[in-house]
Amino acid sequence: MNQAIAMPTYDDEVVKKFVIAASFWGIVGFLVGITIAFQLAYPILNLDLEWTSFGRLRPVHTSAVIFAFGGNILIGSSLYIVQRTCRVPLFGGPKLANMVFWGYQIFIVLAASGYVLGVTQSKEYAEPEWYTDIWLTVIWVMYLVVFAGTLIKRKESHIYVANWFFLAFIITVALLHIGNNVALPVSWFGAKSYIAWAGVRDAMTQWWYGHNAVGFFLTAGFLGMMYYFIPKQAQRPVYSYRLSVIHFWAITFLYIWAGPHHLHYTALPDWAQTLGMTFSIMLWMPSWGGMINGIMTLSGAWDKLRTDPVLRFLVTSVGFYGMSTFEGPLMAIKVVNSLSHYTDWTIGHVHSGALGWNALVSFGALYYLVPKLWNRERLYSLRLVNLHFWFATMGIVLYITAMWISGIMQGLMWRTYDSLGFLQYSFIESVEAMHPYYVIRAVGGVLFLVGAIIMVYNLWMTAKGRTRDEAPIALAPSASSAGN
Amino acid sequence: MDFATIVEMAKSSWVLWLMALFIFIVFWAFRPKNKKRFEEDAKMIFKDDENGGANHGGN
Repeated sequence: MNQAIAMPTYDDEVVKKFVIAASFWGIVGFLVGITIAFQLAYPILNLDLEWTSFGRLRPVHTSAVIFAFGGNILIGSSLYIVQRTCRVPLFGGPKLANMVFWGYQIFIVLAASGYVLGVTQSKEYAEPEWYTDIWLTVIWVMYLVVFAGTLIKRKESHIYVANWFFLAFIITVALLHIGNNVALPVSWFGAKSYIAWAGVRDAMTQWWYGHNAVGFFLTAGFLGMMYYFIPKQAQRPVYSYRLSVIHFWAITFLYIWAGPHHLHYTALPDWAQTLGMTFSIMLWMPSWGGMINGIMTLSGAWDKLRTDPVLRFLVTSVGFYGMSTFEGPLMAIKVVNSLSHYTDWTIGHVHSGALGWNALVSFGALYYLVPKLWNRERLYSLRLVNLHFWFATMGIVLYITAMWISGIMQGLMWRTYDSLGFLQYSFIESVEAMHPYYVIRAVGGVLFLVGAIIMVYNLWMTAKGRTRDEAPIALAPSASSAGN
Repeated sequence: MDFATIVEMAKSSWVLWLMALFIFIVFWAFRPKNKKRFEEDAKMIFKDDENGGANHGGN
């Protein structure tokens, strides 16, 4: 191993901005999520106004958590990691990276303001209309230039695996975004446009996009974070680098085919449905390979889980990654899907991935990044990190168990026949039966938000350079973990 | 056999091409000769630590 490597000055100011933006949009996204969760339990909260109705606020929630919270932490940590693993500052310097930052925030505001005003092309996770889509394309290409440019001018011969995942994330999201948004505006200055694809082709293009947004935005990108932050926080190299190579290529080869499982029992040709189901089941292998790789990185250092709550966030997130990538292929099997589709089970599954995997790994990354970026010796309080951890996990458990029960109940009620062959339950009866679970789900969301607010306070105090006077987390055999 | 036929054949056997490529990647990753190289690659993220990553050879 080379000793005494000269460290260049990195462009960290822009990474700080992404960290702040991720924390801000995270709170906004969780808050809107809780709002719409309570709207489902108590419809009066729709306020009888079109701008605050569930249908308009729901894409605000999904876009805020995925693209605003998730996107900012993804771009921010990718720019942090690529500089350190290439040992060069960003290509294009702070100027280009700042344009990406502000351009991306404008995209978020353009998208969200459109939803509230009723501007939407009605494609799930791709709701923004053509003008916002074009804006995002320009910003995204600039991001690719910054990232790939930094890779090209690197001073390390090897490209660390985290960067492979980030590059796959950036390129694939660009392809998906363009492919799914080939639309023709109706007028020069109007928001409305029509998509080029018709009928079932449009549906298939949408879910080719939709599922690969899960595969390459919410999985590949966040795996890039996992492959850097877990080894760094645990202070050990990843369990098997060779497995990470297989993990990367298997995900890249398989994910792109899984989309048709969103269209089981529809007008999509049967062979395409079966193809999607088959590839979804094959995804079990790379997903679990990756999960084992992340968790086993701690082998021989399991005690750190007790003393380092930041590491606990990161490792628990990988546990949820394994859990939700087990559940996903299961739900992609046609017979299971016939029960689960269109029910709350899907919502529960999405949130075990989004809250358990994406949000927890992001919290871990934020706790890792803030002391480093603001040049502080340690976090303001590890005890508050611990508190956040328990609020967040309790919230997730309430959320996903409530949705499992209500989802399976919903699916069963819809397919129950009486002795004469009529449906046993009317639709409204199944809606009524959901009520208690909707309340439990909303309470779970509140716990999750409380945890996130604790985090923001903790990060704020850390950035200000304060340290809380507190007892260490546990009677640690190796008391050195606090300074990571 | 003209060029168009060859292109047609190559296109229709894409699944074999991709499979062969993937098998090659697995072979490359697990080839004993490359073991040391990948172990070094895994440790590169610790180079910027103060002690030059000297503590991280434990795995």
